[in-house]
This record gives sequence, C-alpha cells and structure tokens, in this order.
Amino acid sequence: MSEASALNLLLFLPVIGGALLLLLPERRPDLVRGLSMLVLSAQLVIAAWLYLQFEAGVSGLQFETRIPWIAAWGVHYHIGLDGLNLLLVLLTAFLGPLVVAGAFTSITKDVKLFHGMVLFLQFTMLGTFLAQDLFLFYVFWEAMLIPMFLIIGIWGGERRIYATLKFFLYTAFGSILMLAAVVYLAFTVLSQDGTPSFAIADLYLLELSVPVQVLLLTGFALSFAIKVPMVPLHTWLPDAHVEAPTAGSVILAGVLLKMGTYGFLKLGFPLFPDAAQLATPLIMTLAVVSILYGAGLALVQDDIKKIIAYSSVSHLGYVMLGLVSYNLLGVQGAIIQMVSHGLVAGGLFLMVGMIYERCHSRDLGAYGGLAKVLPVYSVFFMLLTLAAIGLPTTSGFTGEFLVLLGAFHAAWPLYEQGLTYPLALASAAVLGIVLGALYMLRLVRRLLFGGLQAPEAQGGTLRDLSLREMGILAALVAAIFYIGLFPNDFLQKTEQAVIEYQERVLPERAAEGVR
Amino acid sequence: MDGMLTLLVLLPLAGFLLNGLLGRRLGTGFVNVVGVGLPFLAFGVALWAWRTLEAGDGAPIVETVFTWAVVGEYSFEVAFYLDRLSAVMALIVTGVGALIHLYSIGYMKGDEGYARYFAYLNLFLFFMLLLVLGRSLLVLFVGWEGVGLASYLLIGFWFQDAAKARAGRKAFITNRVGDAGFLLGMFLVFTFAGTLEMDRINEAFAAGLIPVGVATAAGILLFIGATGKSAQIPLHVWLPDAMAGPTPVSALIHAATMVTAGVYLVARLSGVYLEAPAASTLIAVIGVLTAFLAATIALVQTDIKKVLAYSTISQLGFMFLALGVGAYGVAVFHLFTHAFFKAALFLGAGSVIHALNGEQDIRRMGGLARRIPWTFGTFAIATAAIAGLPPLAGFFSKDEILWFAIASGEGGALWLWALGSLTALLTALYMFRLLWLVFLGHSRMEPETERHVHESPVTMTSVLVVLAAFSVIAGWFALPQYLEPLLALPEVRFAWGGWHLLQVIFAVLLALLGLAGAAWLYRDGGRPADELWQRFRRLHRVLAGKYFVDEFYDRALQRPWRWVSDRVFLRLGDRLLIDGSLHGLAALARWSAAAFARVQSGSLHWYAWMTLFGLVAVLIWVWRYV
Repeated sequence: MSEASALNLLLFLPVIGGALLLLLPERRPDLVRGLSMLVLSAQLVIAAWLYLQFEAGVSGLQFETRIPWIAAWGVHYHIGLDGLNLLLVLLTAFLGPLVVAGAFTSITKDVKLFHGMVLFLQFTMLGTFLAQDLFLFYVFWEAMLIPMFLIIGIWGGERRIYATLKFFLYTAFGSILMLAAVVYLAFTVLSQDGTPSFAIADLYLLELSVPVQVLLLTGFALSFAIKVPMVPLHTWLPDAHVEAPTAGSVILAGVLLKMGTYGFLKLGFPLFPDAAQLATPLIMTLAVVSILYGAGLALVQDDIKKIIAYSSVSHLGYVMLGLVSYNLLGVQGAIIQMVSHGLVAGGLFLMVGMIYERCHSRDLGAYGGLAKVLPVYSVFFMLLTLAAIGLPTTSGFTGEFLVLLGAFHAAWPLYEQGLTYPLALASAAVLGIVLGALYMLRLVRRLLFGGLQAPEAQGGTLRDLSLREMGILAALVAAIFYIGLFPNDFLQKTEQAVIEYQERVLPERAAEGVR
Repeated sequence: MDGMLTLLVLLPLAGFLLNGLLGRRLGTGFVNVVGVGLPFLAFGVALWAWRTLEAGDGAPIVETVFTWAVVGEYSFEVAFYLDRLSAVMALIVTGVGALIHLYSIGYMKGDEGYARYFAYLNLFLFFMLLLVLGRSLLVLFVGWEGVGLASYLLIGFWFQDAAKARAGRKAFITNRVGDAGFLLGMFLVFTFAGTLEMDRINEAFAAGLIPVGVATAAGILLFIGATGKSAQIPLHVWLPDAMAGPTPVSALIHAATMVTAGVYLVARLSGVYLEAPAASTLIAVIGVLTAFLAATIALVQTDIKKVLAYSTISQLGFMFLALGVGAYGVAVFHLFTHAFFKAALFLGAGSVIHALNGEQDIRRMGGLARRIPWTFGTFAIATAAIAGLPPLAGFFSKDEILWFAIASGEGGALWLWALGSLTALLTALYMFRLLWLVFLGHSRMEPETERHVHESPVTMTSVLVVLAAFSVIAGWFALPQYLEPLLALPEVRFAWGGWHLLQVIFAVLLALLGLAGAAWLYRDGGRPADELWQRFRRLHRVLAGKYFVDEFYDRALQRPWRWVSDRVFLRLGDRLLIDGSLHGLAALARWSAAAFARVQSGSLHWYAWMTLFGLVAVLIWVWRYV
C-alpha cells in the first residue's frame, strides 16, 4: 500500500462504513454501534500512523493524491497532509470513536441514521481539512452542514427547529458570500494563467489588487468568522449547542468550530495577504472582544451547556489572536489551542451529557455537592476544568501561553514605533485568564461543591461513571496532559507549514528572519 | 549526581499519584507511609543536594530534564537549577513541609478525605519544589500556578461547606489577577532577554543593555504577580479567607512556604530589580504599608487563625520592605526564620483548636497554659520569636530588615524605618495579646468545651517542639552572608557603625514595650483594651472591617463585571442587537416574500405585461452593454 493511499483510506473509511451500515438491520442497534466504533477506531489507527510517518521540516504536502475530477473547470480531487491540517486531522480522528462511544446510551431513536450521519460528518470534516483544491474544499464545506443540521434537527432538544434554522441562516449567508469569492477567484485564474485551476497552491501565487483582495477576503472571512464563531456572529452557537444532542455538541465544539479558524489559516490570510494586513487590527480587536465577551457571558449563564458554549467563543478568540500575530509563537500556539479546545470542550460537553443522562437537567441551580456522591465524575470534571482555565501542564496552557506570548511579541515592535493599540489588546487578552477562571470555577463550585443537591441524588440512585465513560474521559485527559507536558513533537511537525504561512502573509518580515 | 534534583521533585509527585489513585482503597497505614514518608525522603534528598552544592563551593548545579517546546529560534526547557538561594528554599520547603505532614497525621485523623488530604499536600510539595528549583521563569510559573491549584483544593478541602469552597475560589481568582501581571512581565523580559532562564535574565539585565524603563515595567509586572501569591496590598484579600482550610495547610501553604514565593521570585530576579530602582521603591513602599496595615487589623481580630493570617501578611510585608531596599539576602533570612516560628504558631493554633474541639474564637478561650502545656510552651517561644525578643530567630532577621530600611544605600529612608519600627511594636502587641487571651488569665470557655480540653498526641507536639527549637536557633545562622555574593547586600549609608547598635537596642525596647502593653491591656480577659477601644469605636469598626477592602472590590469590580456581562453583553448585545437584527431580517424576509407572493396573482393579463417588461429590459441591457 502506498502511503498516499493510506490517506485516501482514512478519508473514505467512513463512507465504506456507512455503506456497510445500510446492510445492517434497524433493530440491531448494538451491531450499528459496534460497526461504527470499529470503523472510526480503524480510522484513528490510520491517522496515528500517518501522524507518525509525517516528516517534520519538509516543505509542501505529504501523502498527496491529485487526480482530475472536472477537467473542464480544472477541478481536481486533490488531498494531502501538511503542518496546517495534520493535527486537526488527528483531532478529528481521535474524537470520532469517543463520540460514538459517548452516544451508546443516549441515542436510542433512529440509531442507524444517527450513526450514518456521524460517519458522513466525519468524512466531510476530514475532507474539508484535507482538500487542497478550493472547489473540493467548498463541496466538503457545504456538505458538512447537512449531517449537522439533521443531527440537531432530529435528535435535538425542544427548541431544535429554531436552533437549526438559526444555524442554517447564519451559515448559508456565509456560504453564499464565500461561493461568490470562489467563483471570482476561478475567473481570475483563468484570465491570468489561461487555464482554469482551483489548486490552492496556484491560488497563493495570484496577483490581486488590494481592493479586490479586500472584497474577496470579506467574502471568505464572513463565512469563516461565523464558523469560529467571532463576536458578533456567534449567537447561533449557544442555541445550537443547547439543542444539539451530546454527540452533536462534541463534534460541533470539537471539530466544526475549527473549520473557521482553519479557513483563515489555510485560505483567508495567505490568499489575500495585503487585505489580511489591513484587516489585522479589526480581527485582532474582534478576537480580544470575543475572549472577554465570551467569558463575561459564560459567567451569567445558568444552563451548563451555554456556559461551555460561550467559553468556546472565548477560547476560539485566543486562536484568532494567535493567527493574526503572524509569528511562529502565536500561530503554533493557535494550532495547539485549536486541538486543545477540541479536546477540552469536547470532553466538557460529554460530561454534561453524562450528568444529563442521570439527572435530566442542565440547570446549574438544580445541582450542588456532586463531588460527594460522584467522586470519579468530579475528578474528571475538575481535570477538564483545569485544562479549560489553562493551568500549566495541560494543553490549555500550552496553547494560551504560546498565543499570548506570540501576540505580545508581535505587538511590542509596533509599540516601539509608537503604536500602542496592539500592545493594549495583547495585554487585555491576558485578562482572559482571570475571567476564564471566574466562570469555570463558578461552574465547578455550583456543580461539585456545596451541599448535595441533585434531581436524582436523594434516592441514592445516582451512579458514578461506568467503565465506558471512564475510558472515554481517560483518553481525553491523557491527550490533554500529553500536549501540556510534551507539545514539542506536535510543534516540530507543524513548524515548516507555519513558516510558509508567515512567508505568505508577511513576506517582508519573514525575509528579515523575524519569526 | 545527575538526576538528583529530578528525583527530589518527583518524590512528592509519586506520593500524590499513589495516594490519589490508591489511598482510599489501601487505608490509613498506606497513606501515612507514602504521604509522610516521601516528604521526609525528599528532605533527605534536599540535604544531599545541599551537601553536593557545598562540596562544589556553591557553584550552581544545573539539570536539564527535557525540552518542553522549540519554536523557531526559541527553546523552552524544563531544567532545574540549584544554587544557595534555591537550596535554602528547597530545605525550608521539604523540611518544614515534612514536619507538617507528620503533624497532619494527628490533626486529620478520622477525616473522611484523609487520603485525598495527603494527596493534595504532596501535590503542593511537588509544585512548590518545581517553583523553587525551576531554572526558567516558565518552570517557576508552572509551579507558581500549581501551588495555587493545591491551595485552591486545600482551602476548599471541606467542599460541602459552600463558604469554604467560595474561599478557595476567591484565592484562586485573586491569584490569577496577579498571574496576569506575572505573564506580562514574563513576556516583556522574554522580548528583551530572549530567554526565560533566570540566571541568563539576570545576566542580560546586569549587562545594562536593557533600557531602565523596560526593567522597571517588567519589575513592576512581575511584582504584581508577587502581590497575588504573597498576599500584599492590593491583592492580600484572599489570605484571611484561606484560613477556611485545615490548619496544617494554613501553616504550610499560607504561612511558611507558598506565600513566600513572591519574595523568592523578586530575590531570584535581583538582577532585574537592581536595574529598576523605581520598581524597587514601589516594592519597599507596598511592603511597609502592607506590614503596617495588616498589623493594625491583626490587633482586633478575634479568630485565632485570622490573627495569624494578618500577621503573616504583615511579616511578608517586612520581607518585601527588605527586597525593596536591595537587601535580598535579608529578606530570605526573614523568610527562613518566619517559616519556623509562623509554622509553630499555626500548628500551635491547630493544637488549641484540636483541644477545644473546633473552637477558634479567642474570646471564648483563656487559661489554657496549664491544660495544654506543650502547646503553650512552644507557642510562647514562637510568639517571642516573632515579636523580636533576643536571642530568638525573629529578632535577628527583623532587626536586619529595619536596619537596612534606613541604612541601605539603595533606597533606605527614614520613614520606611519609622513605619517598620512602629509595625514591629504592633507585632509584639498583637502577638502577646493573642498569647494572653488564649493561654493566660481566666478561662472563658464554654463549660462543655472546657471539659474536653486535652493535649494533642505526640505526633503533633513533637513537631511543635522541633519548630519551637528552630524558632530559637534559626536566627543564629548568618544567612545573608551565606547568600553573598549571589545576593549582594547593599552598601550602608552611614559611616559610624554605632548606629546599628542603637537600632538593635531600640528594636528590643519596642518588642518589650509591646509585651508590656499587651500584658497591661489584656489582663482580665482584655477588659482594659475593651475600654480603650470604646473610646475609639470608629477606628475599631474600620479595623475589624479590614478597611472594607473586600466590600470595595465587590462593588467596584465584581458586581460591575457581572452587571456588564448580564445587561450589556447578554441583554443588549446578544439578545437585542444581534438576535434582534437577525429576527428583524427574518421578519423582513417573510414580509418581502409575502409581498412578492402577491405578484403571483394568477391573472394571465398581468403575467403577459410582466413578460413584456422583462423582455424590454433585457433588450435594453444587451444593447447598452454587450
């Protein structure tokens, strides 16, 4: 088996799995779950193998496949791994089996369809990350929405229709603008090179005037910013999270939100570097506003899922802040922070699901003192909380530390040139570590500490975590501490791609050797 | 030997993991052996490390464990660094730490969370050693945040009491405010020095190539971190509340070791502060003000642990005063002596609370001296030590601080000395007040409590004796001189050496005056003092209310932030502006759809006209543009 075919197998494994799923009888949910688990575990093994095989310090794509798809338009089926998508692919593959395992007991309606949707999502998400052709990227990007709508719309809570509609309106709005920008880019390639092409590598080389860049970046950026989500385009997120079933929330927080930040990293900024530089003050401002605004909103919520949803707004703000620092520290930190947030928020949503299955409430006021009756649950919740507030030795710290250091590092030379604003923003972002602790420890205190109070606690029927649940959480926690303690391997493998990102966006600074 | 420092750090971590994972299942014996044995082992290793250091005449020992991250040209390594300063700290942390672990066996006996307690305490020791031995600011920061976590967990150890859980959260958040400053300071230092390794940072700053403004800013930012961890104004508010934790925790974390981390940080980065006179002055001013104000509050507290908590804040203020006038070694000296007598005081208080079955109000104590003699004897010695009576430990270190407060050529000033001396007087006063009210005079205990008064078990009293002994002799080591030239003492401004002698005599007189004053005011269960306070009722209210700083923060910070989050972010931003316009757009879409739907009227006549219009429009467009 050639190496490239391993990547294709990784991508299409869920499709194969989905086809096999159709053959299974509807009344055997155990088989459906088992097969999905098997497929996604195999996918994780392949992803891990690819990660280990991935060579650090090598420029360009690895495990690349490029075959014509729609020849007349110059569209190719073109996928490959580089330092930008490597960790996100690994994250997606890692979360897959955990999502299915987490849904063992919570999804009992239309089990087959549900797992089909999860597999379909897995396929489209990986496709989006792996695509090296803009057309292919767009197809995956749009296709990804369908299973997500269905997961929220079918297995969601009471107000699921409203949430789905809101989610749809937001993203459809963004998609249309992005489509317009994609079409414009395609025509520009045609007129500049004479042959049509959607290859992202070709698009990087386009010479676009600044006004055109601004227009196109706006199209892409709106679409991406909605996905991140950045304030003020974030209000679909809390509703979607609250109504989504646990698995939906985990995928949404774990992977889907990174589509937005990845979009900026892979396409938005490097395709339109001049516009990116113009937009940097705005994006940096919105990033810091997101950090503080999300943290503030998380403090005044009583719905546990909303607290975590708003915390995502805050944590993704760090990612954006890192991306626009355009230095190695900040961008590497942003990538780590994406992975970290996927693990931490994914884990927290799983844990909310676990307590919801037991007590059927997401209202903080209904809980208290769980540490007494659910010690194992509480230990895991505490560990995830520590990662969420960026305590050293957890992945949250690695990400936030590098991002903030990078932002400071980028802002200081500007300050010396008399520009105070970026430094003020970078400093304000540091306050996020205080505000983050404020809402997360409030959550912990109200949920785990204080007198015992839980809807189902009185009868003594509250069971602590099962082995299955412990296994899921242990895997997440292990990954969180691994990235907190030994992030270097990850950083080495992503570095080359980040250097190239910097060279594309800020060629002058890169030429001076400032990393 | 290679790996010695790593071993030292890992021992308590092993204790944490073993007790955390297995402690509950394997029972008390296992918990004791692991939870108390490993800290003693760590103390042994620390002694060994110190001997090794001395065998090399104090040349720093560096141990690189692994590379945490390499980003471009920057490398962040996990490395340990042992010089005389970190050796002294490691000995205090493991020595006092091991003793307090031993004491905890008796104190925590029968507690539901016994294994959890020792696991947390070991975890604290691990992070504290990381903090002390880390070569880079990054490793120090890992320990710094880690001890904060351990502190949070232990303050809220009895988590079912919501107030205790809240105190833990308050400590963590307040510290996080300081940590934000710490991070910014670290970033600034990194930007200029290009490294986070503290020995290299000191060198870079000492070379004088870094602008004074940068050194000042970095110094102040890092000091903000120190004010959080070491409970200095304005971030001191968490420490009194932290007394909600078990008393041995208060002794170890909130008196002897963790709260001195800020002092260690400044001493460790003396190279930066020597280049930043303005930052140093700020430290001296904050230090002396904290020392003074905390001492005034300690005068009127009625909870035995709260008195000691404010006393700790005050003593830490003394240490910062020394740091601010460039007497880094003297600050570490006071840190060293304070670790013993304050641990003795807290553990003594724990023994009292243990004897009285949980009573902490000194108004309901009195006359305990004969009932619990070991506790009394050791408490009295420690009280004399903190009050600065010769030849006990506190006398030497506090005297040196006051001397350098006026005599230092690097910022010594008359008013620093005067306020410091006044604080020394207050220290003697409030400490002897405590001694009188708790141990002397008539009993004011509840009869029920009084019947059960008993001396603590030998695992507790033996620890008290050891600590009391060190409270006597710890001042006899010339620590500031031992730490030279690593931490050079500042030049003395005065030519005539006799000034120092006069200062010593004056300080002793102050301590005796405090003792006498307390003896006079607090006889008869403190009736003379009560009468005196009657005349200054307003002042008493302010002091008892701790200057109302908590109330101020609540109103100036906490409530406004909640208000903004709720009213501005949630109601105005999210609901009204963003969702409002979204819903508005949806309504508009519905309305326009309805409007366009009317076009579809079903009248063929109308359709024909529309087609014609369309055709004409297209023709015009083609003619005009194509």
